[in-house]
Amino acid sequence: MITLPKAEYQKILEHAEKNLPEEACGLIAGRIEGADKHIEKVYLLTNIDHSNEHFSLDPREQLAAIKDMRQNGLAPLGNWHSHPESPSRPSDEDKRLAYDSKASYLILSLMDRANPVLNSFHIEGVNATNEGLVIV
Amino acid sequence: MIITVAGNKKEVKDGLTVAELIVQENVETPLYVTVSLNDEFVENGAFESTTLKDGDTVEFLYFMGGGC
Repeated sequence: MITLPKAEYQKILEHAEKNLPEEACGLIAGRIEGADKHIEKVYLLTNIDHSNEHFSLDPREQLAAIKDMRQNGLAPLGNWHSHPESPSRPSDEDKRLAYDSKASYLILSLMDRANPVLNSFHIEGVNATNEGLVIV
Repeated sequence: MIITVAGNKKEVKDGLTVAELIVQENVETPLYVTVSLNDEFVENGAFESTTLKDGDTVEFLYFMGGGC
């Protein structure tokens, strides 16, 4: 299971909506307790691809986020990105570029603008498993 | 000499290059890693020619991206 505070979820949603029609992206950090992950802070980063089909995190912002995590005693847990026009599931490109099998990959679908869907996935090779995200 | 890698102080041999540090640190997927040295990014082609100095701070940033 992976938990996400409602206020942090709102940050993801608002950033993703603000960046439409482009994909939005960022990092997640928090605590690991046994098999569970608890997201405590969401980082909103720039998609340097500025595309509605691709994203890459801005390395300078990524560096700043990592330093902030360290200063606040947070563990890096993975990343998040939005799918403006497709479902909340890893695409083939998402799987191909998921280099860290320990990370969680959150995907927010905005294809139904009135009903956004956020899921978290564990990705290992071509296999993606839904981690059971709970917004608390 | 002492350098800081990902927030941890480490003793390494004098004259260590960024390329050697990548191997020493068992960096996964080194082709997709960006290296910052004292908050400046090191060009991928300069890993072998960039020599570290005492007191340097190094961070490894793993590429994160995807599609839809």
